[in-house]
Amino acid sequence: MLTKRIIPCLDIKDGRTVKGVNFVELRDAGDPVELAKVYSDEGADELVFLDITATVDKRKTLAELVTKVAKAITIPFTVGGGISTVEDVKFLLNAGADKISINSAAVNNPDIIDQMAREFGSQCIVVAIDTRDVDGLDFVHTHGGRKPTLLKTQAWAKEVADRGAGEILLTSMDHDGTKAGFANELTAEISAALSIPVIASGGAGTMAHFKDVFTFGQADAALAASIFHFKEIGIPELKGYLANEGISIRK
Amino acid sequence: MKTAVIKYNSGNVQSVLYALERLGAEAILTDDPDEIRGADRVIFPGQGEASTAMNYLKARKLDQLIREIKQPFLGVCLGLQLLCEHSEENNTGCLGIFPVKVKRFIPENSQEFKVPHVGWNELENLADNPLLRDLPDSRFVYYVHSYYAELSEATIASTHYIHDFTAVLHRDNYWAIQAHPEKSSTVGEKLLENFLSI
Repeated sequence: MLTKRIIPCLDIKDGRTVKGVNFVELRDAGDPVELAKVYSDEGADELVFLDITATVDKRKTLAELVTKVAKAITIPFTVGGGISTVEDVKFLLNAGADKISINSAAVNNPDIIDQMAREFGSQCIVVAIDTRDVDGLDFVHTHGGRKPTLLKTQAWAKEVADRGAGEILLTSMDHDGTKAGFANELTAEISAALSIPVIASGGAGTMAHFKDVFTFGQADAALAASIFHFKEIGIPELKGYLANEGISIRK
Repeated sequence: MKTAVIKYNSGNVQSVLYALERLGAEAILTDDPDEIRGADRVIFPGQGEASTAMNYLKARKLDQLIREIKQPFLGVCLGLQLLCEHSEENNTGCLGIFPVKVKRFIPENSQEFKVPHVGWNELENLADNPLLRDLPDSRFVYYVHSYYAELSEATIASTHYIHDFTAVLHRDNYWAIQAHPEKSSTVGEKLLENFLSI
């Protein structure tokens, strides 16, 4: 039986792991390669590396770090942050990334999704969608959730799937950093409407939040950062809990 | 002992090389027929679209080489599908090592079963085979695919998604794995280690 995936996210700045509350206040949480190895050994199902300053600073994610990670770990990982061209993708996949994630670049030029999917296959193209509630409606935001767009989140999710995205990484900016639970309703709405997997992100605070997003939220995977980095929840402990709750989990 | 990894414009080639490096194997990345013929083992880590991959092999006359090769040969992911007879993906004639058809997953309920099949799923119904020896008790491996090989006499392990499908194939000197052993933690490492000792 296909299992639900637990995905620690390592936000990277200057080659170090950081995670800020609502992306503003950054805290140092260690060496990404070592942290990646620990998570892989502990039973994380996948990893995501996001160069969170990349879009703002127009920097490219360090291929060197990607290679070090690829050599060290035995589970799949995704790299995102500032990726905008087919060449960027080729560069990172050759460095050892399994998937790449694009966000602002897809919003600015949706055709890039089709191009990347055609060139490398849908399986390695993750489209990250940062969403925020604006007067009761869900709108896509870019630039770490700071810049609103006119795109409705649900419609955009459908469009990126139709254009060839292999997975959607849906981050609720309203929930991110709150530790009050994932955006279960929106995640369920999008997951039910699409035939591709949806990774839920933003708001994980307790083990029950993961259960909720896999059941009510119909998520295929759940991503979190600080609760793992600061050992508030251990991955073996979380997986044990979810298995006991009847969620299909890799042991 | 040298393992040739067939060079191909596919994202997982590098990952396969790193996995072999972790196991201490001597591996070369090549699309040169003589180098491939001269290796002790060959791995074809395909990923991507079937007809493009077949055209790539034909353009380098690697299709004939793969059919004639005598060394232990391991196809991975799309590499498994290309060793079959035919793929529904763009109606592609494949190498025909295994008389098996490759079909697209068609879920009856698209909310319950998404396509592609992405994530960790279990190897089941394992045959007694050197590739599958001494695997850890937890047999989860990592999958990313929209097409699958039907069950056949050459199937030596299956996985369930929507229905049972072929997880591992074996015939003569050819083995093939639909999942990504290079990304499948300890189970994947053991599968590769087993292949390296065949």
